[in-house]
Amino acid sequence: MDAGSVAIAAAIGFLGGVSGGLLGVGGGILFVPALVFFLGLSQVAGESTSLLAIVPVAVLGAWRQRRYGNVRLVAGLWIGALSIPGVLVGTALANALSQRALAVAFAGLQVFLAVGLARRAVRGRREATRS
Amino acid sequence: MPRRLVRLALIGCLAGAFSGLFGVGGGSVIVPLLVLWLGFGEREATGTSLSAIVLIASLAVIVQGLHGHVHVLKGAIVGAPALLGVVAGAALQQRIPEWLVAAIFVPLLLVSAAVLVF
Repeated sequence: MDAGSVAIAAAIGFLGGVSGGLLGVGGGILFVPALVFFLGLSQVAGESTSLLAIVPVAVLGAWRQRRYGNVRLVAGLWIGALSIPGVLVGTALANALSQRALAVAFAGLQVFLAVGLARRAVRGRREATRS
Repeated sequence: MPRRLVRLALIGCLAGAFSGLFGVGGGSVIVPLLVLWLGFGEREATGTSLSAIVLIASLAVIVQGLHGHVHVLKGAIVGAPALLGVVAGAALQQRIPEWLVAAIFVPLLLVSAAVLVF
């Protein structure tokens, strides 16, 4: 773990935080590769450690967004609470199905959602330029 | 149970399954589902997603911590600068139109999907 690797990991961490504030994600998609490729963790340890880094980032981000009036707290708490059975369902699915099939299914869901958001963005931009 | 609550429950379950299976990705499905399925504004969806992630990640890190996979110092190397980043990102988000938030989300989803498959 030399100084250069630490600096790069810290810079990627900063970008992960920006994506959290801007897009409402935890930043794991950037934290995990930073931890694995630059700080020498295994994939499993990288994912676990990423979750640890996400907690304070999400707390601070949610607090800032609440100050901006962008948090519907009851909805957020419902989603958070119901993720617990989700984790159990996910674990059961992982035992029943192949990891590959699950990865493809989730990737398909993400592509589907990307198309929906892209259409919305195009429509929103058109309305913004018209007015 | 009202339909809204059923949808919130399904989003929570999906996000939990996603993060339980792949270690990342709660937010990448929560935000678009809140926008496309429950009619949230983009800013509202991202703020609400972060509040849900607080719970999801806290529970997950407790479970993972029990298995001894968590490295606190290395977590701080990426997590401390991320604290500055999240404040900057949230401030930036208030200054751009909501359609642009949706537009920036599209490549994030596509990259995340590609990482899952390849």
